[in-house]
Amino acid sequence: MTAAPAETGLKGSSERGRLARARLLRGLLPAMSLVLVLLAIAWLNPRAISYFGFSLMLNLAIPIALATIAQMFVIAGNELDLSIGTFVGFVGCVTATWLKDAPLVGALILLGSICVYALLGALIYLRNLPSIVVTLGMSFAWQGLAILILPKPGGKAPDWLLSLMAFKPPFIPFPIIAALLIAAVVHFGLMRTSYGVILRGSGGNAAALSRAGWSLLKTKVVLFALAGLFGVLSGMALIGITTSADANIGNGYTLLAIAGVILGGGEFVGGRVSPIGAVIGALTLALAASPLLTFMHIPPDWQVAANGAILIIVLAARVLISRRER
Amino acid sequence: MKKILVLSALAAMLASGNALADTSDKKIAFSNNYAGNSWRQAMLNSYAIVTKKAVADGVVAAADIFTTADKEVPTQAAQVQNLILQGYDAIVINAASPDALNGAIKQACDAGIVVVSFDGIVTEPCAYRVVVDFKDMGRQEVEQMAKFHPEGGNLLEIRGLAGTSIDDAIHAGILEGVAAHPKFKIVGSVTGDWDQTTAQKAVATILPSLPEIVGVVDQGGDGYGAAQAFAAAGKPRPTIIMGNRQDELQWWKEQKDKDGYQTWSASIAPGVSSLAFWVAQQVLDGRTDVPHDLLVPYLAFTHDTFEAELPNIPKGGVASHEYTQEDAIAAIKANIK
Repeated sequence: MTAAPAETGLKGSSERGRLARARLLRGLLPAMSLVLVLLAIAWLNPRAISYFGFSLMLNLAIPIALATIAQMFVIAGNELDLSIGTFVGFVGCVTATWLKDAPLVGALILLGSICVYALLGALIYLRNLPSIVVTLGMSFAWQGLAILILPKPGGKAPDWLLSLMAFKPPFIPFPIIAALLIAAVVHFGLMRTSYGVILRGSGGNAAALSRAGWSLLKTKVVLFALAGLFGVLSGMALIGITTSADANIGNGYTLLAIAGVILGGGEFVGGRVSPIGAVIGALTLALAASPLLTFMHIPPDWQVAANGAILIIVLAARVLISRRER
Repeated sequence: MKKILVLSALAAMLASGNALADTSDKKIAFSNNYAGNSWRQAMLNSYAIVTKKAVADGVVAAADIFTTADKEVPTQAAQVQNLILQGYDAIVINAASPDALNGAIKQACDAGIVVVSFDGIVTEPCAYRVVVDFKDMGRQEVEQMAKFHPEGGNLLEIRGLAGTSIDDAIHAGILEGVAAHPKFKIVGSVTGDWDQTTAQKAVATILPSLPEIVGVVDQGGDGYGAAQAFAAAGKPRPTIIMGNRQDELQWWKEQKDKDGYQTWSASIAPGVSSLAFWVAQQVLDGRTDVPHDLLVPYLAFTHDTFEAELPNIPKGGVASHEYTQEDAIAAIKANIK
């Protein structure tokens, strides 16, 4: 759906070349910012660039990448999900309690929560509600449920999940393999299949799609269900790493996920999203916010502000480049 | 004269045996998950004062402070992992969650790093915990209340940040106290988040629906807000337990000067961060007999003692106490059974 309308043909070839260059730059930007952050880390702390270092620095980026993919599906349909963070926390609490003690019940609860997500999609479409309001409301519901399940921090991740997340493959650290896998699977599903085109089209030009006979209700339900699915995966991955849960564990993911999608070359409207970019964006944010900051030795009073400044710089570069495209 | 002083200091050092000498090349990091209230500011301040001197004296090579930008668990877990990569010898930590950081803490221990947690402690067995007996503090609140109101009555409880271990422990202590003194009954419970404004709003909202209240049991940082809410509603002033904050003790003093108002104040001293630092230093020094769970007392003030402390607390701050290496050695000794 990113194909430009017919008028492009009327413009001169130099104009077209400039647009193509800008688009290429936009595609490369997420990767470039990731490389830049990695270079900075390598310069500040060479010890971090190793198998051990990458395993440590990137393993917490995996749940962020999954949450970012979840958010990307919602954004692909021109909506915004403000509940993904608390949803991840809720999934975490279920994973550390039910999924370990009664795997069947736990799996049913998680499946049920994906259904709730699908129903939210239907509700938002049928009643024409703003998704921000609905998901903001749901964020309190998920948080409340999480506190109900786990009034105080605790629980334990199922053993199979622990051993999966602690998996140490030869040569390439596990988080890198996981990131490649997530990006490849979602890229294929959303960018290379025909229904993936329809899904993105529901954000690009909904009217045209419905006139062509596609059900917009179905696309919205599918997009939200996919968001729910990846939210569940994110929560489980997070608990696999932290080994135990906390009702507030995922709260920060809502904004990180949105920032990851945008940094990865996505747009809030128009169905323009990039799964590979989103994964890279999530990795960049995770690296820029934590390891880079820790290695820079900034006085404690300034650390919080410096974290914000790094995020703004990274995102501002993205905005500058997409402006050249217009 | 100066020479004698130096010599005697040297002699004292030698006499104290293995202390000092061995940690001068060690680096200790402080991982902190939140800096946004008066208590945490005092905590960071106490830590900075004590460690700056320790570094200047050559006790340790470095003592850096790292604060995460948000209160989130994953951010702090990532921070701990980065500190491992930085090559620190010990990590002092005020943790965002007692359990959810265990994965990262275990990685630190496996890398040979000494981890000492305090205030927000971690349950991973390889770490050390400097614990304040919050449960006893909750129980003591009701004990004190029983002294002021032997006839019993209705209590209002103000809870802290939901889902945290501290809130849970103080609450459990209060329930235990009420069970021991059945004349008291908790007729209402609100969430104050250890914050005066939040507490004031919460108390104001619930007050109209409550019967007469004789006392407010809370968790500190919420007593002044509760007092304001009672005053605004025109309700009689109950006995409000305080939490060592400057505004709370100031209000108490005003009431005491007016009509001899009595209450009790207790909280964890923010300077406990400096105690955790010294514990880490002792472990790095090669002491193997340090118990993994160290119980330290909370800081309490009574009707007779709070006024002496009040001038020492900065406006908007909280009563604190900076611990020394000797304090740490004494605390370790008291916990070895």
